[in-house]
Amino acid sequence: MGQITLKQVSKYFGDVQVIPPLDLEINDGEFVVFVGPSGCGKSTLLRLIAGLEDVSGGEIHIDGVEASTLPPAKRGLAMVFQSYALYPHMSVRKNIAFPLRMAGMDKAEQDRRIENAASVLNLTDYLDRRPGQLSGGQRQRVAIGRAIVREPAAFLFDEPLSNLDAALRHGMRLEISELHKRLATTMIYVTHDQVEAMTMADKIVVLRAGYIEQVGSALELYRAPRNLFVAGFIGSPKMNLFAGAEAAKQNATTIGVRPEHIGISTESGTWAGTVGVSEHLGSDTFFHVTVEGFAEPVTVRAGGEVDLHYGDKVYLTPELAQLHRFDEQGLRIA
Amino acid sequence: MARSVSTQRKALNTALAWGIGFMIFFPILWTVLTSFKTEAQAIANPPIFINFDWTLENYGIVMERSNYGRFLTNSVIIAAGSTILGILIAVPAAWSMAFVPSRRTKDILLWMLSTKMLPAVGVLYPIYLLCIQLGVLDNRFALVVILMLINLPIIVWMLYTYFREIPGEILEAARMDGASLKAEILYVLTPMAIPGIASTLLLNFILAWNEAFWTLNLTSVDAAPLTAFIASYSSPEGLFFAKLSAASTMAIAPILILGWFSQKQLVRGLTFGAVK
Repeated sequence: MGQITLKQVSKYFGDVQVIPPLDLEINDGEFVVFVGPSGCGKSTLLRLIAGLEDVSGGEIHIDGVEASTLPPAKRGLAMVFQSYALYPHMSVRKNIAFPLRMAGMDKAEQDRRIENAASVLNLTDYLDRRPGQLSGGQRQRVAIGRAIVREPAAFLFDEPLSNLDAALRHGMRLEISELHKRLATTMIYVTHDQVEAMTMADKIVVLRAGYIEQVGSALELYRAPRNLFVAGFIGSPKMNLFAGAEAAKQNATTIGVRPEHIGISTESGTWAGTVGVSEHLGSDTFFHVTVEGFAEPVTVRAGGEVDLHYGDKVYLTPELAQLHRFDEQGLRIA
Repeated sequence: MARSVSTQRKALNTALAWGIGFMIFFPILWTVLTSFKTEAQAIANPPIFINFDWTLENYGIVMERSNYGRFLTNSVIIAAGSTILGILIAVPAAWSMAFVPSRRTKDILLWMLSTKMLPAVGVLYPIYLLCIQLGVLDNRFALVVILMLINLPIIVWMLYTYFREIPGEILEAARMDGASLKAEILYVLTPMAIPGIASTLLLNFILAWNEAFWTLNLTSVDAAPLTAFIASYSSPEGLFFAKLSAASTMAIAPILILGWFSQKQLVRGLTFGAVK
């Protein structure tokens, strides 16, 4: 079980409010990602759930039990840290065994669980090494191993992939998702990388300055961002946002169109512009097109083989059905 | 061209370093040499360097006249006792300052260090009176406590600097893993800080071994350590340089040997954790 409910949870550091009172429901078995720019309070929120920080107000219920005053170990949660936080003086085996040893589990059961975790995480050959002799990805797996042997109610991940290089990050992302499918245990995952959030989460919680901006699945956030912040934050490359005359035509203060929802043509279209920088990714090409009267270049996604060059005259046509409209407060107009 | 200049400079620096090193070492060498001379040769002018009648007579007399073993035992008890007691108190103190600092932590650290700026003699009278009142004058246990208190600021500072190098996340991981505070300090923090704790132990042991002000003022017979043993040979009956040197050599030999075998740790300790 891993049902976590936050009720009016808040956090102050001195007089500074880091988390204003917020409510959040995390269901058993869900993969929840807290995402937001740095300093948005996502790590603090995770640490409040973990018990590494004390709440300033509110309640945290874990499987129905009020846990906000319990010490970290009593909450039945396991955490994977950004720096892995392995014990450098212990072998991999001892690292993984540490939480079991602290719980006073008998040796045979310890060994059984360690072997099990090691085989799941491909660590069997490394059990007698020290963390210093492992690569970044292996260390990360040891940290995960240390978490899974406890069979916790939920796993907490604090930006676990940010110290890995791009290729390894992708691999670990898949491994963690795979692990979640296999264990079906609640996972709470903190990241500033919206790609990680989109690809892994059942439920994304977008945070800004401690406030929850929106909660929803990746597609819900993508299709119907609740406000301008979420619209700009979710999606890569970013949604194009226009204010002024173009927005007024749609009875909105700001309108937004994603790069993939704009057609590009050399013959005809709604907006006439000039091709600026283009980014070729092979499968896709992103063109940054300067349009007369627009403050910023418009980003457009086209196929991989589109033959356009710097300075070419083009026409852009937004798909009106995929247009996002926002009012003067930046909130979505349905 | 450039290369030859740098070689010359290197040679010069090396010579200079050896020269300064020899100057620092010379008093010890001279003490050892003098201990093997006769009293007459010891005060000869011009001084005799090597070319004297080597004799062990002084050592014999010193051994005969005073109970070296008792002084040595006292030194070991006082130095080891104050060091161990100091570490036991300093580890939790440094832990709290390094990992749960408050707004006043820096002030407290400075305040602790400031006690080392007071000349010891400034508090001799009150401490002497306290010792009399408590009936612990010339008492080994009292010296253990006093020397521990005197060196405590340095021990706390050194451990604090070492602990600061240990990432807090590792301790948080231990907390998540269910370690109690005791288990966290015992199984995680201490093993990681072993090099730091070892050099702190060593340095403090040496400081306590060499401490002369309090040991001379607060002891007479029962608790007198090797410092008192040396002092007893610079006595009113006149100066006996050869015997004084023999006593000094015997007093510093144990600590010199300890220092020789632990050079690496000591250098690490003295650089206060700056060198990883």
